[in-house]
Amino acid sequence: MRIVFKTDYMQDLRPWKDGYQLSLYLILIAVAIAAPFVVDAFFLGELTNVLIWALAGLGLMVLTGHTGQASLGHAAFLAMGCYANIILIEAGVPFVLAFPLAGIITGVVGMLIAIPALRLHGIYLAIATMAMSILVDDIIVLTEPWTGGVGGKYAPSINVFGLMIDRWGTPVEFYFLTLGVTILVTLGYINLLRAPLGRSFIAVRDSEVSAQAMGVDVARTKAISFGVSCAITGLAGALMGLFAGAFNNETFSVVISIQLLMMIVIGGLGSIHGAFLGAIVVGFLPQFLSIAKEWVGAVIGGSNVAIPGLEFGIFGLILIVFILFEPMGIYGRWLKIRTWFELFPFYRKDMFKRQKSYLKTERLR
Amino acid sequence: MSLLELENVTLKFGGLTAVDNLSFSVEEGEVFAIVGPNGAGKSTVFNLISRFYTPVNGSIRFDGHDLLAEKASSVASYGVARTFQNIELFEHATVLENLLVGRHRHRGSNFLTELFFTPSVRKQELQSRHFVEEIIDFLDLQAYREKRIAGLPYGVRKVVEVARALATDPKLLLLDEPASGLSVEETTDMRWWIDDIRRQMGITVLMVEHDMGLVSGVSDRVLAMADGARLALGTPSEVQSDPAVIEAYLGKAS
Repeated sequence: MRIVFKTDYMQDLRPWKDGYQLSLYLILIAVAIAAPFVVDAFFLGELTNVLIWALAGLGLMVLTGHTGQASLGHAAFLAMGCYANIILIEAGVPFVLAFPLAGIITGVVGMLIAIPALRLHGIYLAIATMAMSILVDDIIVLTEPWTGGVGGKYAPSINVFGLMIDRWGTPVEFYFLTLGVTILVTLGYINLLRAPLGRSFIAVRDSEVSAQAMGVDVARTKAISFGVSCAITGLAGALMGLFAGAFNNETFSVVISIQLLMMIVIGGLGSIHGAFLGAIVVGFLPQFLSIAKEWVGAVIGGSNVAIPGLEFGIFGLILIVFILFEPMGIYGRWLKIRTWFELFPFYRKDMFKRQKSYLKTERLR
Repeated sequence: MSLLELENVTLKFGGLTAVDNLSFSVEEGEVFAIVGPNGAGKSTVFNLISRFYTPVNGSIRFDGHDLLAEKASSVASYGVARTFQNIELFEHATVLENLLVGRHRHRGSNFLTELFFTPSVRKQELQSRHFVEEIIDFLDLQAYREKRIAGLPYGVRKVVEVARALATDPKLLLLDEPASGLSVEETTDMRWWIDDIRRQMGITVLMVEHDMGLVSGVSDRVLAMADGARLALGTPSEVQSDPAVIEAYLGKAS
């Protein structure tokens, strides 16, 4: 069993607990950097895809996982980031400027939308954001001169300080671009979480009245959370557009919103790890399914039968299983397994069980 | 001038008058208790001071400021902290994080400095931690520092709530039934703590409490309420022997 002895307040301020944990993260980054030289082009593409999903998941995690506001409309912000990025690039703005601008534009729009939307709570907010997601589809069609409407748009090669990056032409460079953005966003996220703003997000999530009594402006905090969330999602959308190569009004459908929400629930709400773990599941599942289908087809015959809706069926099944048996997601399960090993043989089954308190009615939030 | 002054405050929920033309003032440095039967409007008075409710008329002044001109989240910035009757802690955060939220009103950083966690933010966080640690020492919460609220026993949560309110470094502390649901020992602890909060920290305490032993033990003055109106105001023994108070609790002798 490893015990971290704390002798200094800085130990709680640093993002890592001790040298051991820091070295684990450094190894993870080293593996991520070495990956393009080990795996083939197909897997590298998949890896890039997972990272982009993780980035989008981080965006939603700010809002849903840490501030407790459900959103079923984040595909709209993916679209906004994607279109803003491409339109700016086509207008002659260099990528290194257009990309962060796309994030900022999406963030500001998100914050403006949040001001009326945040009067709504729980399920009603989810419905309102879902409606927005559907609306954006129509708006893209209506603003055809800029967005290309149903015909869609093609992503150009981008120029990063003289280096041409293209998803198909230079997949390794594109992977490093995505990895760099993801790492930077994650670091910023960690910083916010250990500062007063991150704590006020959590305060608003767990009890709005007492957050208010502690001097946290609830409406403002929610709006900022919406803004941060949408900005990160916008960045993910911009990368997603470049990765897809071509996109139109139907690329960022409501299904993507639902998939995003599912992803962070499966990964584990309220943790940065959860966004990444969820992205691995959502990113790899379609490939895993098609491989599994081929394999099953080879065994029982009738090889490549198309089963409509199979993917979503399996997604739904996984979501139900998680909500029933592991509401804390993959990250929560990992914490339990780790504790089991750390405390062996003293782990108790009810260690992570929440104490039921019958004082407050279980409110639907 | 009194620290907190309520003047002719009236609050109505539809046809029900929850607080009826209530006036009282709390002096700096005293422990002031509000007692009364259930539904007398005691907690409503707290919610009025916290600006969760807006009275139909009357004025609430704190330390020279008109609280009615402020929104709920600004009340804390003047130095008013409170606890809740039904414990409103941040369930999925640790005790330490809960207390650190209490430091929110002293936040000098902004979004950008926090995003890059600049040295000034680091310094502020270390200062917050130092302040919070003193309160942890004061209320003997060392053993629970890194525990999540969700797994803590009721008595500890009650203390954590007081600690979180103290972490805001308030001038006035509103305690809504600090001893409800506590064991005899815990109530005694709470009594000494309230005494220490007043004497060592110099914080004025306004509390709602049913436990008359605690009330008469720590408070300088007591306000008795019934049906939203003031019944009696005076020292604990004066109020306890007031015929109107006895009638409100026990009914009229026929």
